[in-house]
Amino acid sequence: MNTEDALLKYVLRLGDNALILAQRLVELVAHGPELEEELANANFALDYIGQARMFYAYAGELEGKGRKEDDFAYLRDENEFCNFLLLEQANGHFGDVTVRSVLFEAFYLPQLDALTNCSDAGLAEIAARAIKEIRYHQRHNNFWLVRLGDGTEESHRRVQESVQALWRFTGELFAADEVDDIMRDEFDGPNPEKIRASWESDIAAVLAEAGLKRPDDQAMDDGGRGGQHSDDFGNLIAEMQTMQRQHPGLNW
Amino acid sequence: MAALRKSNSVLEQQVWNWLADVPDPEVPVVSVIDLGMVRNVAVTEQGIEIDVAPTYSGCPATEVIEDDIVTSLQARGVENIVVNRVLSPPWTTDWISEAGREKLRAYGIAPPVGNADKRALLGKAPVRCPRCHTSQTTLVSEFGSTACKASYKCDDCLEPFEYFKCI
Repeated sequence: MNTEDALLKYVLRLGDNALILAQRLVELVAHGPELEEELANANFALDYIGQARMFYAYAGELEGKGRKEDDFAYLRDENEFCNFLLLEQANGHFGDVTVRSVLFEAFYLPQLDALTNCSDAGLAEIAARAIKEIRYHQRHNNFWLVRLGDGTEESHRRVQESVQALWRFTGELFAADEVDDIMRDEFDGPNPEKIRASWESDIAAVLAEAGLKRPDDQAMDDGGRGGQHSDDFGNLIAEMQTMQRQHPGLNW
Repeated sequence: MAALRKSNSVLEQQVWNWLADVPDPEVPVVSVIDLGMVRNVAVTEQGIEIDVAPTYSGCPATEVIEDDIVTSLQARGVENIVVNRVLSPPWTTDWISEAGREKLRAYGIAPPVGNADKRALLGKAPVRCPRCHTSQTTLVSEFGSTACKASYKCDDCLEPFEYFKCI
């Protein structure tokens, strides 16, 4: 794979991660457990959609075939999305939603941090913008993890189950492939090993503070980055793309 | 267009002045200049190029602001306006001018406290009530009516108020 192709793939993965998590969060709009969390959730979704737009717009530039944000978001098929499986997992209850974000953001934050120093100026400037928003998210989501884990017996039990259930999707975050290698070696990009170390220590710290157990090492699911998704992913894509599919070229 | 016959720098200054009248659509008390969103104005043979830095990634006002800049300059007789979206250096609340901060406060929105470094972002600095100026305030919600604001209440005068997040 040449470096241009790797960079394009990498940017698309970033866009897909942001868009698919945003779409899951959007499903929760008007279903928040209380007004403050309703606002928080909608704001998180908005930040992620904004980030997805920047990544897709940049991917379009890199590709140079005239594809725009909407083409990437609304006109690609299921198997062309390369987001992590973790992010497409159904919302479940509020604890599940919180754990999904905590697990992802402990990865995404050091990833963005490394990208701000990478040699590709376009990607570095998007990362510099996004990282400030994700810091704000992480602080809020970690607070909730501690509140639930260290809360009532019921909240503790349920959020421990969430950690247990979502853990098997965390291996994929660090399953480095050729694209990651090229980003690290040719663009001074993120080093997956370093990100893993940072993730392990951040997650250990927040789980400990929340009084939650880190699940035992186990077999991990992957495939999202290669376009193999969970059963329910088709429904997510169908709902997200329905307007553009039914009315091609539709504009707001 | 008569204006184009003036020297470029005079016209550029004129455009900066005109842009000071283009309000933020969600917080109309401050202009795009107060917010520090306009990074450059350049008069070229082809027309006027304006570099604008978006605020939050997902801010739905970004496109509206770019449109407002074009229409307000067109209303002044300017033609051939190009708005470039620039991401670098990234916009932070540090770009909001002193005048902008004062306008926010007078409007009842507490301006961002301190620099948009990690410490301020993580909420260590006290937020003052925009009405009675006490620092005895309580965070109600880290999120508010728009992506840029959090919700607070004042423990002295008891008024709820919004805080322009330092980010």
